[in-house]
Amino acid sequence: MSAALLLLRREMALSWNGGGGPLLACGFLLSLAVIVPLGAGPRLDQLASLAPGLVWLALSLASLLTLERLFERDFEDGTLDLLALGPLPDEGVVVLKALAHWLTIGLPLAAMTLPVGISLGLTPAQLPLLALTAAVGALAFSVTGALGAALAIGARKGGLLIAVIVLPLFLPPVIFGAGALVAQADGRSPGPALALLCACALVAVVIGVLAGAAGLRGSRT
Amino acid sequence: MFGLANPDRFMRVTRPLVGPLWVIAAVLLAVGSVWAFRVPEDALQGDTVRILFIHVPAASLGLAVYASLGISCLFYLIFRHSLADAAARAAVLPGAAFTGLALITGALWGQPMWGTWWVWDARLTSMLVLFLLYIAYAVLRGAFDDEGRGARAASVLGLVGLINLPIVKFSVDWWNTLHQPASLLRAGGTSLDPAYLWPLLVMMTAWLLLFLAVWLTAIRTEVVRRRVLAIRARRAREAQG
Repeated sequence: MSAALLLLRREMALSWNGGGGPLLACGFLLSLAVIVPLGAGPRLDQLASLAPGLVWLALSLASLLTLERLFERDFEDGTLDLLALGPLPDEGVVVLKALAHWLTIGLPLAAMTLPVGISLGLTPAQLPLLALTAAVGALAFSVTGALGAALAIGARKGGLLIAVIVLPLFLPPVIFGAGALVAQADGRSPGPALALLCACALVAVVIGVLAGAAGLRGSRT
Repeated sequence: MFGLANPDRFMRVTRPLVGPLWVIAAVLLAVGSVWAFRVPEDALQGDTVRILFIHVPAASLGLAVYASLGISCLFYLIFRHSLADAAARAAVLPGAAFTGLALITGALWGQPMWGTWWVWDARLTSMLVLFLLYIAYAVLRGAFDDEGRGARAASVLGLVGLINLPIVKFSVDWWNTLHQPASLLRAGGTSLDPAYLWPLLVMMTAWLLLFLAVWLTAIRTEVVRRRVLAIRARRAREAQG
């Protein structure tokens, strides 16, 4: 247990302090949001119909870019080998790294979607649901991205490769997360889409952790 | 089945199969294609109904090939048979081609019938995801300098992608989609008229055999390729030593 806590603290400290931390990801999210009204026209009523999709696009890309080096640096400097010798199973390493990513990057990103959503024309009444779906979605993105990063350890071309692997797997949370917002905007209950989003996140946690651990093992032999 | 994991035995057993498979597939394909042009026009769809004879086999094979890819990946992960990796690798190109063909023929049919090339309904989207998964597998498989490392990483991804198959299959039942629900394999028997059913079955068999022929040929080529690589490596070592 203490080993797990130690790894979690290490990952969170590295992710929070190293190289800009959540500020970098949030800045990226914000810059993406600036491009859209400049490209699609600044009319808020028009933007509001696009807003759920745009917010989710920005969230998934920002999660993706920060996940790229989740294992790579530890692979290069040998930390992954030390972790493999330690008491934690590979599944534990993956789950703690993904959890640390969600806590230090995913949740700040989810908070950042609120001002972005407002700037794109969402009403304040939609914000609680946006925050909730973005937080759950960011969890799904963190574990799915950890799976992609674990599979791509040591690959010749990192960033784009992980994007191609992971983006198709990002689609279910995007569908139901944006679906919940659209349902609420149309005056329907967002409950079913929200429940399906949570189900997607749970499935992603189980599969991402198991497959990510298989990826870690594959990188060693 | 496990005996076939030995490459030597695999090569021996499959050698007499490959030629006849190609021939039977070609004959059935010719018969089915001619037959497809002789069926009466559909009351509503007119001539465009003939796209069905390419679209349906391509789409079902796109799914079936991914299933064989995923199962090959599973066998590779569990037993580390290099032949299973070769089988998964050899299935990617035909599978992606079938899936792409299903998407393209669907668009060609959708333009006159639905009035649009593409709609974002569940069946079309999940089929597109299937296509992306083929690409992801191929890209990951080739992204490593070490062949074995690429095989291990890609087989995990191939296995994860299997989740998409039931989503594609049941998307038309779970969501209200523009794409029609299943008419061939469904509870209560097929809803297809025999005039269309039989040529369709001939075409599906032809495409299945065609895939098997392509697959076996590609696996055999891969086995030969690895032998050549092994021989080259040995020669290089001998030249050094």
